[in-house]
Amino acid sequence: MQHIMTKNDYRKYVDKVSPNSKTVRNTLRAFVVGGFICMIGQFFMNSFKQMGLDQEVTSSLTSIVMIFLGVSLTALNLYDDLGKFAGAGSIVPITGFANAVASPAIEYKSEGYVLGIGARMFLIAGPVLVYGISMSIIAGIFRYLLKH
Amino acid sequence: MLEKKAGKQTSQLQKFPSIIATASIVGPKEGKGPLADYFDQAVDDEFWGEKSWEKAESKFMREVLAKVVSKASMAMDALDFVIAGDLLNQCIAANFGIRESNIPFYGIYGACSTIGEAMQLGAALIEGGFAFNVACLTSSHFCSAEKQFRFPLELGSQRHPTAQWTVTGSGGIILSAEGDGPYITRFTTGKIVDMGIKDQNNMGAAMAPAAADTIYAHFEDTGLSPDYYDMIVTGDLGKVGKRITEDLLSSNGIRISKLLNDCGLMIFDSKQDVHAGGSGCGCAATVFAGFLYDRLKKGKLNRILFVPTGALLSPTSVQQGETIPCIAHAVAIENTKGVNQ
Repeated sequence: MQHIMTKNDYRKYVDKVSPNSKTVRNTLRAFVVGGFICMIGQFFMNSFKQMGLDQEVTSSLTSIVMIFLGVSLTALNLYDDLGKFAGAGSIVPITGFANAVASPAIEYKSEGYVLGIGARMFLIAGPVLVYGISMSIIAGIFRYLLKH
Repeated sequence: MLEKKAGKQTSQLQKFPSIIATASIVGPKEGKGPLADYFDQAVDDEFWGEKSWEKAESKFMREVLAKVVSKASMAMDALDFVIAGDLLNQCIAANFGIRESNIPFYGIYGACSTIGEAMQLGAALIEGGFAFNVACLTSSHFCSAEKQFRFPLELGSQRHPTAQWTVTGSGGIILSAEGDGPYITRFTTGKIVDMGIKDQNNMGAAMAPAAADTIYAHFEDTGLSPDYYDMIVTGDLGKVGKRITEDLLSSNGIRISKLLNDCGLMIFDSKQDVHAGGSGCGCAATVFAGFLYDRLKKGKLNRILFVPTGALLSPTSVQQGETIPCIAHAVAIENTKGVNQ
């Protein structure tokens, strides 16, 4: 062609003509759905406390229930629809983490229990675990050094 | 002296291979789209009775080959070659779909432009006297493509508005040295064009410069004017890519807005939640085999320039921060044989 843009000009032009995500709408949806998921978590937490369980058991039980809900909705083919609507609102809570582990497990079942489910289950959640655990170790070292 | 070559990229055919039959099978979403009536079959389950997406995609290809051969009223043995490709690693949909056919086979990869590449190679085999009948097939499957290129299906994530939806389906055609048309009269082989786009969620913008480059070369090489054709139809540029292609060509003095159409925009309705449009090897193949072939056969269209487009990326290249090289192949299909100089 005769008139060819530079790659830089082309990138700027593409940015101009490509539609952007609807940030305001998506943020509002994330706020409402994320808040609602946390309310469900709070409801279970309050209920367990009322049953007379101590703080540690209450926290663990609440997490277990929320993970169960996240995995169940994933298995029922519903969590992806929720995620499409809510975006970060359903990714950030612990139910989203459960979805990130359960969804590759379902997807890769066709490659078998070891190399499929076993090896691929942490495809998406893996980096979160690696860097989450690494950061907590670093934070722990700082805390130790500050205390002594 | 290459008497069949025009300019740098175009081949002018003299034997005019005829497209004697086409077949298309699509998935449930495509079967609810605007072109539903033109496909031979729409299956209502993406697994189609198989245990994995990949096996289902192979079945699409196997069934399309059987269907197109039966629509051409020929025996499978009458095929001299099958040329096929798909999006999966090592082209397993084609390799496994074709394995029982017992016909000499070329497996090719041109991403979503594969059907254009297959038609060009098939036409060249016939033109060169190496084959009488050649089948060209491609397939793609939304689920197997998502699994390979993006995220698991059940992951709750949002798609970008410029993202495209991989078509589930397979399209096949049979080219023959004899037949009553439509004929492949000339084709322009694309070059790899990379304008530095890295975003795999904006494949239309990555592919548009390749489409514009090939279309421009076609008119430059042949000396034809765009309105020679009734329709110029690209593979899967989607909303964003189609608009960019129009802009790029118009800044080079080629105005084709009225003629330009895109298979990715034709196969789905904008209400079907596919964002920028359809994509995949099956997109251009099913739209051609289903809709465009019907229009040509009925004389509603007489001359089209079919330009399947492909983004030649891999998940590894994306993760390594590479830009997306793209390609487009143009095939001129006409109801009359015409005269090539």
